[in-house]
Amino acid sequence: MSNANLSVEMDSSAAVNVFQDAVFIEELRTQMLKFAKLQVRDNQLAEAAVQEAMFSAYQNIDRFARQAAFKTWVFSILKNKIIDLLRKEKRHTAASQLEEGPNLSGEALIEHLFEENGHWQKDERPKKWDQPEHGVENEHFWRIFDACLDALPAKYGRLFMMREFLEMDTPEICHNEDVSVSSLNVTLYRARLRLRECLEDHWFQKEKS
Amino acid sequence: MIKCKQATQMLSEKLDRTLSAKEKINLAMHTAICTPCRQFGKQMETIRELSKSYTKAKKPDEK
Repeated sequence: MSNANLSVEMDSSAAVNVFQDAVFIEELRTQMLKFAKLQVRDNQLAEAAVQEAMFSAYQNIDRFARQAAFKTWVFSILKNKIIDLLRKEKRHTAASQLEEGPNLSGEALIEHLFEENGHWQKDERPKKWDQPEHGVENEHFWRIFDACLDALPAKYGRLFMMREFLEMDTPEICHNEDVSVSSLNVTLYRARLRLRECLEDHWFQKEKS
Repeated sequence: MIKCKQATQMLSEKLDRTLSAKEKINLAMHTAICTPCRQFGKQMETIRELSKSYTKAKKPDEK
């Protein structure tokens, strides 16, 4: 086995078996595609990025170890592909062109959450979240997290994911998306407000009862 | 004195840029007396950590 690495706990032939698990691969592909489509609005480009990431993972399978880490690894390949794409294309659909989408967003959301005097509406005050340790590792939590992300208006989701998942910095996002720094900051604020509320309503509060 | 609306925005922007000294003081004074905003600030950080582990925590189903 080449590329011997101390962290390798599984030989590459076993790793290749990951690709034989059709259910796992299909599920992973779906997640990757969803992730890619949020970033790259062109479906074909998104598909292509996922294909390439999968293929590149397959070719370099001996570089990685355990199946538990497989997703991380494939996603990191995909992330780089998307960042490349975004840089190359310099926005296929600039965030500024995206709809804010249904549900409360923008000012309406702010009005819903805060009183006129700028304080929290009584019912909307953030509650204490339980220590996430007990729950966030499980599939169910991530399904809710996904649903909350999906529920974000397209523009929010895209900028939020660029910042938090692709870990792009402010100048780069602003350049790619043709948005001003202050507009980016406000959008991220609103995205986090929405996401926070969604997670609290569907996970952190439910857990308590 | 800033209100929750401004405080929450600063708590979010804190993750994206360095706050000015004045903003920091205003925010500290606000969160000192406002529990919901204090929670909010912690949750902003939790959301950031969760996002970081988004692609990492998703394990295939244990068989």
